Amino acid sequence: MDTFVQQIINGLTIGSIYALIALGYTMVYGILRLINFAHGDIYMLGAYAGYYIAHWLGFAGEPSIAGLAVTLVGSMVAAALLGMAIERFAYRPVRKYARMTTLITAIGVSLLLENLGVVIFGGAPRSFPEQLQNETYTLFGNAAISKTQLLIFGVSVVLMVLLQWIVYKTKVGTAMRAVSFNLNSAKLMGINTDAIIVFTFALGSALAAAGGVLTAQYNPTIYPLMGIITGLKAFVAAVLGGIGNIPGAVLGGLLIGAAETFVVGYGQLIGIPSTYRDAVAFAILILVLLFRPAGLLGTTVQEKV
Amino acid sequence: MKRTLITLGLATLLLGAFACERRDGGGPTGSTGDGSGIIKVGVYGDLSGQTSSFGESTRDGVRMAVDEINAAGGINGRKVEIVVEDDQGQPQQASTVVTKLINQDKVVAIIGEVASSNSLAAAPRAQEAKVPMITPSSTNPKVTQVGDYIFRVCFTDDFQGAVAAKFAVNTLKAKRAAILGDFNSDYSKGMTQYFEPEFTASGGQIVARQSYTQTDADFKGQLTNIRAANPDVIFVPGYYGQVGVIAKQAKELGITAPLLGGDGWDSPKLFELGGTALDGSYMVNHYSTDDPSPAVQKFVAAYKQKFGAVPDAIAALGYDAMNVLADAIRRAGGTDSAKLRDAIAATKGFPGVTGSININASRDAVKPAVVFELKDRKLVYKETIQPSGAATGAAPAASPAAAGSTAGASSPGTNANAPAAEGGAGGSSANTNTNAK
Repeated sequence: MDTFVQQIINGLTIGSIYALIALGYTMVYGILRLINFAHGDIYMLGAYAGYYIAHWLGFAGEPSIAGLAVTLVGSMVAAALLGMAIERFAYRPVRKYARMTTLITAIGVSLLLENLGVVIFGGAPRSFPEQLQNETYTLFGNAAISKTQLLIFGVSVVLMVLLQWIVYKTKVGTAMRAVSFNLNSAKLMGINTDAIIVFTFALGSALAAAGGVLTAQYNPTIYPLMGIITGLKAFVAAVLGGIGNIPGAVLGGLLIGAAETFVVGYGQLIGIPSTYRDAVAFAILILVLLFRPAGLLGTTVQEKV
Repeated sequence: MKRTLITLGLATLLLGAFACERRDGGGPTGSTGDGSGIIKVGVYGDLSGQTSSFGESTRDGVRMAVDEINAAGGINGRKVEIVVEDDQGQPQQASTVVTKLINQDKVVAIIGEVASSNSLAAAPRAQEAKVPMITPSSTNPKVTQVGDYIFRVCFTDDFQGAVAAKFAVNTLKAKRAAILGDFNSDYSKGMTQYFEPEFTASGGQIVARQSYTQTDADFKGQLTNIRAANPDVIFVPGYYGQVGVIAKQAKELGITAPLLGGDGWDSPKLFELGGTALDGSYMVNHYSTDDPSPAVQKFVAAYKQKFGAVPDAIAALGYDAMNVLADAIRRAGGTDSAKLRDAIAATKGFPGVTGSININASRDAVKPAVVFELKDRKLVYKETIQPSGAATGAAPAASPAAAGSTAGASSPGTNANAPAAEGGAGGSSANTNTNAK
């Protein structure tokens, strides 16, 4: 029993990270109908931004809550700026062309960021400084939860609530929803759609960076290609929940995290080796696309022709 | 439309992520040169990937040996030059860069890799071109079985895995072991293959088998299963990049059983990643920097002065590999590939930093292993375990037959042996003394 609970905790921890990243995919898709494949790499750059902030501001030595907070917020700001720059210089110039053009641009940006990462940071993994005095709390039996895991849950929930508030309770959120509903009509209503799109990229990128810094607390190895697999899984999470749907992204993230942990935990019992954890995410993607292309929480909309 | 876009995008991205680069080298190699002039030696290793400290250490060790050789007037009056190539820790790249070293740089011999999977991918290129290759620290037995031009100056996993098992049984008094291995690594598979029979033959029981891949960011799923199996020791035959994180996450789960591993842990980065979570873990390695022998102390001091760091075993083996090669070129009277091969094969009692090096009939070195305890970000020497007695006839000068502190009833595997390597036939390798001579 405690093993089962432990696996749930493990699964939800990585699931929260996927959820944070999936939110960025889903928001950008909701607004531009663009799958921003560079999103996983923003997650990676967010982790590196945190690494440099921690080292430059002297938070790399002793673990401290203040240091962690500064690192987290700093990397979110840095990633937001980067996301805005990518939108401005890569996506906006091609937005007027066919959707396929933007999609291919996104793949290009993704490869560019990965390889720039290798050139600038070097391909060798670095170790992210430990910023939280880690402790483990025993729940019952052997089931334990660590401070890092609590941090990941806590920060993810706060950010998700904050996002929900921005989207549903603020003026800019109303504008985002309007743009998502119909870009041209929104423009006719006097909404500065370019500004809203930039804002969406900033928001999504900041969440990905938060995911990057939180992951680095959990597993301190950061390297330039760390965003590929994680980004793909977060994308699957967004599709599973229904791409374009914000609560769906969160649900999808948690489900993918739990699913892959259960493959590791119990797959052996039915003959699936634990190394199939990545394959399972993609198997889920295929099943979703076959049987429920709109995703769990998505609604089927008629494609505009 | 949406579905098409998603599928297409995903397919493209997956292609981008997993496509392996493949470049073909030119045609068959020309002559590898003999006579006079500079002697070119190729060095390849991971300088920018997941195991980059391996490549850096190897390169620095080789470089130090080359500088010493050149300062002393070269080999038979000829200077040595090394050509270093980065394989990013990927087998395909390893094969590509070795092809380049052979065809483009026309090196007379090659030193590399550390990770057995990469050595295995590159060795066939060296064998085809008949360019001798010495791997300083690939321990999987299969590496030197590629062909008669492939050598190594370290012990092999049948020995190392058995040593780890012996240590777990005799010193740690472990009865229940869990194994957490790297799914894609030949090194990890080899270690497991030789640990298991030795451990079970000594009355132990394997209570959990789990695996991971190098891109995994989370090991808690596996560790939770291991915790449920309640082992006395957890055997982790992986590389340092994952081991540090595994130690950390194990501690977070409240696992107190010690981790036990091999030379794949050996890197200054290990402690950066694992910190004090590694306290109380044990690793098998090639040599100890605390060894009071003057050869070791001279090497450690010189290396520290040159590179500002304590040389790990990988660096020491790189140094030894280059010196063995230089010695062979000297004895062969030149760099003719067949003569050089024979000279390397005839290496006996070469005084290396990592012990006396004897190349046996299967082109492996027969050497003792050292076990360390990890304590407060340092390696603390525990014990030395000798290869199984004088029966490994290839080692007349070295390794006194009187085995180390934990020599038990059965031999801790033999170094030389082709037949046991592939089959994984139960405890055979641990119990039979396959003497290659």
